[in-house]
Amino acid sequence: MKPRHKRFALVAGGVAALGIAAALILNAFNSNLVFFYSPTQVAAHEAPAGRSFRIGGMVESGSVQRQDDGVTVKFVVTDTAKSIPVLYEGILPDLFKEGKGVVAEGKLEGDGVFRASQVLAKHDENYMPPEAASAVEKAQKAEQESQRTLVLDKSAGGGAENKQ
Amino acid sequence: MQWGSVGEFIAMGGYGGYVWGAFGVTFVLMAGEVVMVVKGHRDSLRRARLFSKRGDDR
Amino acid sequence: MSFNWFRFSSPQTFYPLAGRLAPFFWIASVALTVAGLYIGFFVAPTDFQQGDSYRIIFIHVPAAWMSMFIYVVMAGWAAMGLIFNTRLSSMMANALAPTGALMTAIALWTGALWGRPTWGTWWVWDARLTSELILLFLYVGFMALHASIDDPRRADKAAAILAIVGVVNVPIIYFSVKWWNTLHQGSSVSLTRAPSMASTMLLGMLVMVFAFWAYSIATALTRVRGIILERERHAAWVAQLGTE
Repeated sequence: MKPRHKRFALVAGGVAALGIAAALILNAFNSNLVFFYSPTQVAAHEAPAGRSFRIGGMVESGSVQRQDDGVTVKFVVTDTAKSIPVLYEGILPDLFKEGKGVVAEGKLEGDGVFRASQVLAKHDENYMPPEAASAVEKAQKAEQESQRTLVLDKSAGGGAENKQ
Repeated sequence: MQWGSVGEFIAMGGYGGYVWGAFGVTFVLMAGEVVMVVKGHRDSLRRARLFSKRGDDR
Repeated sequence: MSFNWFRFSSPQTFYPLAGRLAPFFWIASVALTVAGLYIGFFVAPTDFQQGDSYRIIFIHVPAAWMSMFIYVVMAGWAAMGLIFNTRLSSMMANALAPTGALMTAIALWTGALWGRPTWGTWWVWDARLTSELILLFLYVGFMALHASIDDPRRADKAAAILAIVGVVNVPIIYFSVKWWNTLHQGSSVSLTRAPSMASTMLLGMLVMVFAFWAYSIATALTRVRGIILERERHAAWVAQLGTE
């Protein structure tokens, strides 16, 4: 074996060993690298009990209520399957909106309410001008509308068939 | 173009501090690196000339 | 075959070549930056969610991409130096490291200034941000390790091993937003699906990516010329250069 080949073999072996080690470490750390838990995970008791952790999901539409004191906000975090009510005192980030992503850090109290000490907005990777955004929204609404009428048409058609 | 005036452009819809802070520091860092690499090469060339005249490291 | 592919792997032939190539990349980087900033500030519209704060993307994403790309190229040169024992490869790795570190620092800095108004925080320890910070430590570690060993050839070897080990971090950075729950959003541009950006925004970002790419090549070529002169000062051709 030439020295060059030997060196190459050593490097290749080293890289392979490191790759395997990294894969194992990643696997082990996977559970610790979770930045936030979804409401479903919290419901399944996967989140750490008794200490502070983060929950993430969507702010449920229509759930944001500002309390009379002006600083306390109540809202519901949902991942569509499960949801958790959150109570927070403080300033919300600009991108905190109903129907958008959110990450809240705090503790889950015995009453099932998550008392947040920090609320962060998690925005998506879509970038477009406002006109395009409203056009997309309109298109989605139109599609939903057409699907609904389609269903109605079908049931109406079905009714007609039955009559025959 | 969406800017009505220079003031609007600088304000960046209220995010001026963040936007110009990001672009400004980036520009300063990159310009600094350019000065450093060009000067670094010149210095190396000067040292190489000095070295070839004296013929040793001391 | 008469053409010698290893001709340019000799520092003596590469030194003048780098000197001839560098101006083109300097000019390209300036021209592309002017074009990219014009598109980014005057053509690309305001974002529907983030307003004008999103314009930080025009330097954040190019810097972040270059920080990862330069690392892979640097580790590649370092590995070549280790395997084939070629001096120039190791010098190229050394020339790339400071630029890579700078790109990482810019990505982190612009990310903090973008995160504050949008997420509501300068910094979080999520997988994406943490792995990008580790990348900065890897660059700094590479440079520090090389500087700490007096014999340049031994320094090349030790630093090369560090660089190669660190490559595992690059896919971790890239896929962190897919593998784990992170505060950082997913990629807007990927090979597998259509980009989720308005076309002028995307164009501005891509032009800036090429600007940063040209800038990185220009700085690395200029820096490697200095490194060649320092490390080859005993060679006859450098002495010749000195008397000119």
